[in-house]
Amino acid sequence: MKWLLLSIIVCATVLSDLLQSYEMKRSGEQSVNARGLGRLLRMIVSRRYLFLAIVCMAVSFFAFMALVQTAPLSFAVPASAATFVLETVLAKFVLKEAVGKRRAAGALLVLGGVLLLAH
Amino acid sequence: MREIDLPLANTAALTALEEAREFQPSRRRGSKLKTLALVLAVIFLNAIGNLSLAWGMRHVSEAVSLNPSAYLRAMLNPFVALGIALLILWLLTRMALLSWADLSFVLPLTGVGYVLAAFLGWRFLNEVVAPAHWTGTILIFVGTAMVGTTKQQTHAPEVSE
Repeated sequence: MKWLLLSIIVCATVLSDLLQSYEMKRSGEQSVNARGLGRLLRMIVSRRYLFLAIVCMAVSFFAFMALVQTAPLSFAVPASAATFVLETVLAKFVLKEAVGKRRAAGALLVLGGVLLLAH
Repeated sequence: MREIDLPLANTAALTALEEAREFQPSRRRGSKLKTLALVLAVIFLNAIGNLSLAWGMRHVSEAVSLNPSAYLRAMLNPFVALGIALLILWLLTRMALLSWADLSFVLPLTGVGYVLAAFLGWRFLNEVVAPAHWTGTILIFVGTAMVGTTKQQTHAPEVSE
């Protein structure tokens, strides 16, 4: 059950980040002043991908709540770093971003760490 | 046309410059203190928020599943509510820190949170953390720090009309 919940957390977080990144890049640079934040809030409501990103974030948090109810905190928090691995893979193949050797090595270390947690 | 007393203007400008120079170290000190306070807040809000949430969820008698009302009832537990409030505060503090600090500086702090969560689970929730789990957690911390120190694209992309 804990691996299912962890998979939901990782997939929902990564999907949320991808949707946010895709939609925010499409709409250009946003300012962070009061007017900019108001525009950002209107954008969340009107842009369905951004709205979906918020829904994914909520799904991830509720799955995390269920995970800490049954699994150790010393597993739940570090294992959620698996998002870095999936994000790196998807950034390379879906968003076509340049992924350097250092980032790839970092993601591999995180993967190794998560596998050790499964031990 | 009014003549400007250039030597006097220069003296005034130099005095202002001197004053600014004298003021800079205290400003820098203030900025450093602000960053340190936010760094500590980011680390501890996350750690204590997670601990409170885990503690509260373990004291909720009903197991949460796909039923949304079970989650709402769990949120009535004071520790769960406190955990959620601290995690919201953590998110806002992290955003504030990200607004002037580099991601390569902020991301390893997230990594510190993973190690701290393992420590708090072991110390306060009586969890058994095997040596392999400590090693895994340290690897995750190092990996996160490495991912964070990669070159980032920080300029806005051009938007097609």
